[in-house]
Amino acid sequence: MTSSLRFLWPWLALAMLFAGAPQIYSSGSALTMMSVMGEMIIFALSFNMLLGQTGLLSFGHAVYFGLGGFVAIHAMNALIRAKVGVPVVVIPLVGGAAGLAFGVLFGLISTRRAGLVFSMISLGLGELVSSSSFILRSFFGGEEGITTNRTKLAPFFGHKFGSQIEVYYLVAVWCFFCIAAMYALTRTPFGRMCNAVRENGERVEYVGYSAQTIRFIAFSFSAFFAGIAGGLTAVNFEIMNAQQLGAQQSGLVLLMSYIGGIGHFAGPILGAILITFLQITLSDVTNAWQLYFGLLFIGFVLFAPGGLAGWLMLHRDAALKRELWRLAPAYGMVAPALAASFAGAVMLIELAERQLALARSEGSAMRLFGFEVDAASMGPWLMGLVLFCGGVGLTWLVWPKVTGAWGSLTSA
Amino acid sequence: MLQIVVFSTLNGILYGMLLFMLASGLTLVFSMMGVLNFAHASFYMLGAYLGFEISRHLGFWSGLIIAPLCVGGIGALVERFGLRQLHRLGHVSELLFTFGLAFVIEELVQMIWGKLPVNYNVPPSLDFVAFRLFDTTYPAYRMFMLLTAVAMFAALLIVLTKTRIGLIIQAALTHPDMVAMLGHNVPRLFMVVFGAGSALAGLAGVIAGPALVTQPSMATLLGPILFVVIVVGGLGSLTGAFVASLIIGLVQTFAVAMNISFSELLGPIAPPLLGDLWQVTIAELAPVIPYLLLVTVLIFRPTGLIGKRES
Repeated sequence: MTSSLRFLWPWLALAMLFAGAPQIYSSGSALTMMSVMGEMIIFALSFNMLLGQTGLLSFGHAVYFGLGGFVAIHAMNALIRAKVGVPVVVIPLVGGAAGLAFGVLFGLISTRRAGLVFSMISLGLGELVSSSSFILRSFFGGEEGITTNRTKLAPFFGHKFGSQIEVYYLVAVWCFFCIAAMYALTRTPFGRMCNAVRENGERVEYVGYSAQTIRFIAFSFSAFFAGIAGGLTAVNFEIMNAQQLGAQQSGLVLLMSYIGGIGHFAGPILGAILITFLQITLSDVTNAWQLYFGLLFIGFVLFAPGGLAGWLMLHRDAALKRELWRLAPAYGMVAPALAASFAGAVMLIELAERQLALARSEGSAMRLFGFEVDAASMGPWLMGLVLFCGGVGLTWLVWPKVTGAWGSLTSA
Repeated sequence: MLQIVVFSTLNGILYGMLLFMLASGLTLVFSMMGVLNFAHASFYMLGAYLGFEISRHLGFWSGLIIAPLCVGGIGALVERFGLRQLHRLGHVSELLFTFGLAFVIEELVQMIWGKLPVNYNVPPSLDFVAFRLFDTTYPAYRMFMLLTAVAMFAALLIVLTKTRIGLIIQAALTHPDMVAMLGHNVPRLFMVVFGAGSALAGLAGVIAGPALVTQPSMATLLGPILFVVIVVGGLGSLTGAFVASLIIGLVQTFAVAMNISFSELLGPIAPPLLGDLWQVTIAELAPVIPYLLLVTVLIFRPTGLIGKRES
């Protein structure tokens, strides 16, 4: 009884979270954002099936996401034209099937090798598909993309999915089951063999498995789930264009998964939520949001290769040992230094953005952290520089305390 | 017809040599450090933009000298303070670092010089017609580019095969531990090679900037093609990179010149299926050809045309 409860409660909590989120954030923009988050969670988890679990770094994962979405949107249009009574709820499955089909096709080529050769083929295939999207205009719709209207499909128990809340629940249900399915997959013997392939392909061969077959199956599964995410995106936005299978989308999913943490199953979920949130809110606040993304990514690669999830898991272990308090003094010392360097960096970037990109058209006056400043004057620049350099210097001085605190903790 | 062949050959060789200027640094860095540098094309872009900025104040020729040196310095700093820190975490971390770096450089360039192409022009001293053949003129600047690229190629060849530092570099490619044993500072050698490769990419940017378009997307446009070059040629093989650069340069230039579609080529045997696929002209197909080549080569010869190693 207790063991089944221990197993079930995270899933119950997740289901509650999905069901309850619209009660708390009920505005239209919040619903749209949460729908996108759901799609990105599936996409990022499918990506991590390759990178985190099988050790295959793909630079063209958006191909399966995008192709799934395009096939889904064409299927929707065909169903509308033929007046076949298929409800919109099964459309993501069409996307998944398309993702699977292309995954099998391209997987046969690309999973014959692991490592760098795999990465390069995935990059080549990604570029191949995204550059042919400008040639095959009738399928990819050229610059404008392909549009559809989901409300013209057959209603599902009276729901026509015209409002965003209905779409949100559609995404939430699909997202929940995809998370469950992908988690279940990691618990099967096959999931364990994927990990073994990641750790040491040669020894897998000695045990009697074919590493190539395992890579191929993992790749196909991953493309299937990416296709579902693409299908959901097609339903949500009612439009697909070539950007959604391009290099930028492939880079975005890598960013999400890595920042969330590729070493833990829940990592990509965290990353997808955080990056989608930042992507939508940050682009309203600053023009330089992509620069922040890049710097955030580099920061994680350099200083926290475990990602958010890795960082959280470390602290959970400390908390379970009831030793979290030992870290508090060191954290208390390093936090102001980190905050200062962060604020300084933001100030410098914003000032530079204003002075270099916007001053000619909009003048150099701007609001920074609620203060009116002039980007053409020396004052704010000096302050930003002092904050940044001082913060970095202090962090560098105080950091040994943090490592020392962690050291005392593991030895205790 | 003959005129198309002559000019396409010239332009193809030029494009190929330009590719090789970038690919040589990339493949040298790869074989030494095992890092596939995603930011290499970004150094090329930085070269073009710095060349533009310097040429506005000091003229084109100063830019030609100073900009590659600056880019080389930036490259050396990236190796010293970025990649070297990440070495203990393995190659994937290093690869991802350069991936993020490429992203950041593109954003910075957009911030500083704007999203539109900048007005980086051919210097007046080179703005004349080199020769005229069958009523078509060939600009002198292109000849200058070709000569620079060939000179660089010769210099690289001499440095790598005839000088002491070149021999140490070659030795460090295969036996870094032994070279370190003999008392050479291998990490510093890595930094020098990385910096030199970046400088070469910067030089390619300075001379390509006025002829092509200097814009923030020039790195993302060229980057994937560079990977095609070094993978098709064989990872870590300089000769392979040279051959592949020329092949891709020539194939792409000739494809652009051919303005016939498959339905014209195949005539009545073109199947009715996939209507717009057969309407595609070979010129439109040009951007796809390198990737088709990459996928085909990797299927049939995963080590590339000349290379020996797989990863």
